Amino acid sequence: MKIDELKTNAVNTWCPGCGNFGLERAFKQAVAELVDEGFNLNEFVMLSGIGCHAKIVDYIKLNSFYSLHGRTIPPATGIKLANQKLNVISFAGDGDALGEGLAHTIFAAKRNSNITLIIHDNRIYGLTTGQFTPTSPKGFKGRSTPQGSVEDPMNPVELMIASGATFVARTFTGNINQMKEIFKQAIKHKGFSFIDVLQPCFTYFNTFAVYQKDCYDIMEKKHDPSNFNQAIERAREWNYNGGPIPTGVFYKIDKPSFEEAELKGKDLRSKDIATISDILKTKI
Amino acid sequence: MNELSILIGGKAGDGVKLGANILARLFNRLGYYPFVYEDYPSLIRGGHNFAIVRAADKPVAANYDQFDILIALNQETVDKHKSNLNKGGIIIFDSDSVKAQGIGVPLTKIAQDNSLPLIVRNIISFGVLANVLNVDFKTVEDCIKSAVHKKIDENIKVAKEGYSIKIGKKINLSKLKNPAKPLITGNDAIAFGAVKAGLKALIAYPMTPASSILHTLAAYQDQLKIAAIHPENEIAVAIMAEGLAYAGTRSMVATSGGGFALMTEAISLAGQAEFPVVFILSQRPGPATGVPTYTSQGDLFFALHAGHGEFLKIVLAPGNVDQAFQLSADALNLAWKFQTPVILLTDKHLSESTYAANFKESQVKPELANIWNKKGEYKRYSFAKDGVSPLAFPGDKAVVKATSYEHDEFGITTEDIDPILNMVNKRLKKKESIIKYLKNKETVKVYGNKNSDTVLIAWGSTIGVVREISEELNLKAIQPLFLEPFPTNKINEQIKNAKKVICIEVNATGQLASLLKNNGIDVDKVILKFDGRPITLNELKNKLKAK
Ligand SMILES: Cc1ncc(C[n+]2csc(CCOP(=O)(O)OP(=O)(O)O)c2C)c(N)n1
Ligand code: SF4
Repeated sequence: MKIDELKTNAVNTWCPGCGNFGLERAFKQAVAELVDEGFNLNEFVMLSGIGCHAKIVDYIKLNSFYSLHGRTIPPATGIKLANQKLNVISFAGDGDALGEGLAHTIFAAKRNSNITLIIHDNRIYGLTTGQFTPTSPKGFKGRSTPQGSVEDPMNPVELMIASGATFVARTFTGNINQMKEIFKQAIKHKGFSFIDVLQPCFTYFNTFAVYQKDCYDIMEKKHDPSNFNQAIERAREWNYNGGPIPTGVFYKIDKPSFEEAELKGKDLRSKDIATISDILKTKI
Repeated sequence: MNELSILIGGKAGDGVKLGANILARLFNRLGYYPFVYEDYPSLIRGGHNFAIVRAADKPVAANYDQFDILIALNQETVDKHKSNLNKGGIIIFDSDSVKAQGIGVPLTKIAQDNSLPLIVRNIISFGVLANVLNVDFKTVEDCIKSAVHKKIDENIKVAKEGYSIKIGKKINLSKLKNPAKPLITGNDAIAFGAVKAGLKALIAYPMTPASSILHTLAAYQDQLKIAAIHPENEIAVAIMAEGLAYAGTRSMVATSGGGFALMTEAISLAGQAEFPVVFILSQRPGPATGVPTYTSQGDLFFALHAGHGEFLKIVLAPGNVDQAFQLSADALNLAWKFQTPVILLTDKHLSESTYAANFKESQVKPELANIWNKKGEYKRYSFAKDGVSPLAFPGDKAVVKATSYEHDEFGITTEDIDPILNMVNKRLKKKESIIKYLKNKETVKVYGNKNSDTVLIAWGSTIGVVREISEELNLKAIQPLFLEPFPTNKINEQIKNAKKVICIEVNATGQLASLLKNNGIDVDKVILKFDGRPITLNELKNKLKAK
């Protein structure tokens, strides 16, 4: 299919030069290719939090759940429980999924919910005009930290591997092809897929040139994504301050998903109503 | 004698709850309507727990604070409750650990001689009581078999030892003809009612007194072909349920005040995105952690005002298990009919007390929601006369866009003047639609002497005591089942000839009385109780007599 078919009437309001354009493009390409491979367009569901990233659901003609700030994961899990045929993909900001909604992110990994979480990691609160986030570098001068943040950044890739995610990757909006391939793999993966997308914010924290220079593909180093210790070691190579930045699939293993283990074949959209008389009899 | 009240008390871990349940099963078999109130502090071992088991010749939902029999598994039961023993009452006690006058039985020794844990003292004393009431041992055996699931023969054996102890005085309890009924709690009824209305997923985080909804549905999840999920916190609970609803699954959440506080952002989201989800709010005394295992009706205003912004909300409050079963099903059906959050208010007293159920499984069923006819391009928020846009779900041949932002008919964000006004008005239309829909439904119950010019008004579990006293004192009692939309007209109709309107509530500020006043209905007097305990029958009678 052509990616133009995924266009809506919404007017795009991202700043010119924003990394979100590349991310949107790569995702649409991934969807188009998956549809060509036999996926059903009506079975994609996008979710988003609140922030610049979140506008993506207005721009793509797919089912969507435009949630609250920090809350893409719980409804994504609910949607997957309701209908396991659906491909459920959450789009969240770094403030969104690692700040406001961090507990949900860790639990999605812990329970291996069969959903995909894409972080638009611009390392800034974009929509609220430039405050530091959990992944901003130490010393970052934002509007809430004019003297420089005194906190060390969080490393979401390491955190997700440690929390039980079964697919963990990092990519960069300057590398559309890598992004698209990773999105496709993540959507196909059975279990929780986490992708940290380095997405420069043109207006408040333009990191494009640095990423262009520092990002490298971990396959160049013969990385084995099924090896937990190697994955953690690679994840620790970059601590969200300076230095070379590994990208690619860090970790990928097979494990039963939360939804299949929890439901054991039950269909939560079934119209059948169970009888309660057998239960009531035991209460006499 | 055709009315009896028994208090069984011990420390946590003594099996007071099971003891009370077996007593209730006995009365059930003797043709009585049991009611069990449980009183326990928030701890796992030690402390003082008791349960009051009442047997009445009609369905009841309240208890006395005077008893005919005390069963004392600890000294505190005697010390605290002896003064509430009726004239001629009997104390059955463990003579190995309790000092009292009455029927002392070496319960501890009997348990030890049979190499059984001390928890069986509840069963031995049950045997003693059955003998006091002149019940044949076959019925005793039958009760034990129905309530106990482990070491049944051993339990029957020690019950027999208790039953065989010689006693002087007996109580003659006449056998009645009523058939035995299922004995369930308000929370059970809420769980079952929702299932019969098509519930497929209960999402909850444990919090007394709502937890047993989760426990019950988790225990029966395979039999009922539903999911019972316990996520990381109540924020996740509520929005997960909304994800399920968005994708076409009937879902519900259950919590108490503290958890409900965390859910308010989701209630607002359900208002804006028009998600059909039922929120069970089982009240306990607040603020904050408050008194976790006791009862209150202090969250009426919180429920009515939960969630920022202006949107339609439906708030219901059942007063006994039969109403809980019906209104829980109604809540789910209304949520889907009007695509809006529905709050079902209960409290510890209704949630955890055990009642004789008279509802029929077949009295409720899933009612159809407004589903998209699959013609033309789908718009999730299409303008409709009644404000209710047809539903489609992901997977259908439609693009289903739900959103927390203000939006156009497709669900795309808007900040323009006309689209904002149109969508706000569309949502508010649903309020008119539901008011119209409820016109011919029973939203107010009337009890007692319908011609009395003294009218008692109560909501939720408190109607149990109010109803019974209104019948005894020949007064009128009314109960709003709906608190939002508030049935002002129907209440006015019922009080138009009243000389005195008295509002009775288990909270400190008289919230129903304020709500009535806000709707132009004057209340002459309020009777309030707010110590965590429900109002008892003697208490209300005395307060009404004192005027
Ligand atoms: C509960 C709540 N708190 C705060 C906000 C305000 N808010 C809107 S977007 C945002 C942060 C956005 O940052 P991020 O999630 O990183 O997304 P970005 O805009 O950078 O894409 C905040 C704090 C909100 N909408 N809801
Ligand atoms: S503020 Fe930054 S993240 Fe937001 S649209 Fe502009 S460039 Fe993109």
